Amino acid sequence: MSQAIDTIHGAVDHHPHDSQVAHHFENAEQQFESAKLGMWVFLVTEILFFSGLFCVYAVYRSLHPEVFLYAHQWLDKGLGAINTIVLIVSSFTMAWAVRNAQLGQKKALMINLTLTLLCAATFMGIKAEEYSQKYEHGTTWGASFQPHPDAFGEVHGGEIKKEDMPRNTQIFFSIYFALTGLHGFHVLVGMGLILWLLIRAAKGQFGPQYFTPVDIVGLYWHLVDLIWIFLFPLLYLIH
Amino acid sequence: MSGQAKVQEQGHGGDHGFAHPVPLKILVGVAAALILLTILTVVASDFDFGAFDIWIAMGIALVKGSLVALFFMHLFWDKRFNGFVFIASLFFVAIFIGFVLLDTHTYESSVKQWVQDHPQSGHALPGGGEHK
Repeated sequence: MSQAIDTIHGAVDHHPHDSQVAHHFENAEQQFESAKLGMWVFLVTEILFFSGLFCVYAVYRSLHPEVFLYAHQWLDKGLGAINTIVLIVSSFTMAWAVRNAQLGQKKALMINLTLTLLCAATFMGIKAEEYSQKYEHGTTWGASFQPHPDAFGEVHGGEIKKEDMPRNTQIFFSIYFALTGLHGFHVLVGMGLILWLLIRAAKGQFGPQYFTPVDIVGLYWHLVDLIWIFLFPLLYLIH
Repeated sequence: MSGQAKVQEQGHGGDHGFAHPVPLKILVGVAAALILLTILTVVASDFDFGAFDIWIAMGIALVKGSLVALFFMHLFWDKRFNGFVFIASLFFVAIFIGFVLLDTHTYESSVKQWVQDHPQSGHALPGGGEHK
């Protein structure tokens, strides 16, 4: 049977990596393009998924700008900026890893995937530090928002006065934790996927004819970066 | 290697078959631009541009996002259909958020009126206090 298919599809099937091409595809390229289109469709569902929270943000910020102006002072702009750069660097090493896979550079691919994973872990570490600050200050979501006395005064180079606190300040933190939490969850999923790529790369499974998993996990990872690029100014840089 | 495969590889330029590795120079350049734009948006947030603040921040984010999508995500070289699918989703997000905002602000005045008529409402909530 497989011999018959070989004969039908003839010439294009005589490549060492052809074991990776499923029988219903013409060739490795068609299989790759199909997988990539499928990934883009998935990324679209991700964008629409996040857009629900961006919509909540837009509605509350347009109705209660004073809440956002006041509450964002509790966020550490410096840590947010560092985390933005960490994610950009991880996107760069991921894009480089795709190039390595396409060129069959196994060692460089493993190095770049490892660097991407380290950046992702750094991002989550900084995020955890920020979350624990919020917990200590009592500046958490919804009804749990009970700022401690030491949450006021000098915070991140500014001064936050308790008497200036507008009504419904907790809404900002509900939105902050929902957006950064969902994003952080995506980072964790991405870390799992990159680890999976690293294991497969170590087995030498990627090369010029088969790099689909590296490419589409790369697309996912860049989307996670893309969403953070918008979250950072929307949450940390309010003026 | 048979003739057909050879023709196909030549059609896609070079020894990597259908793979189009992005030149390292472009990747480094895009990463550097993204980091510079991040610094720019942080610096810009220290200045008061009034109502334009949000649009400056979103403009810089849009440029950064475009760089990521075009070069890191290969849309610049990709089949146009993938880019079309992506842009289409952004179009629907714009409709979604735009229409919700229109709707919200249509009813805002009646909500404010109700709050004025019921001054004690919401005071038991965690953030309860003076209506502003």
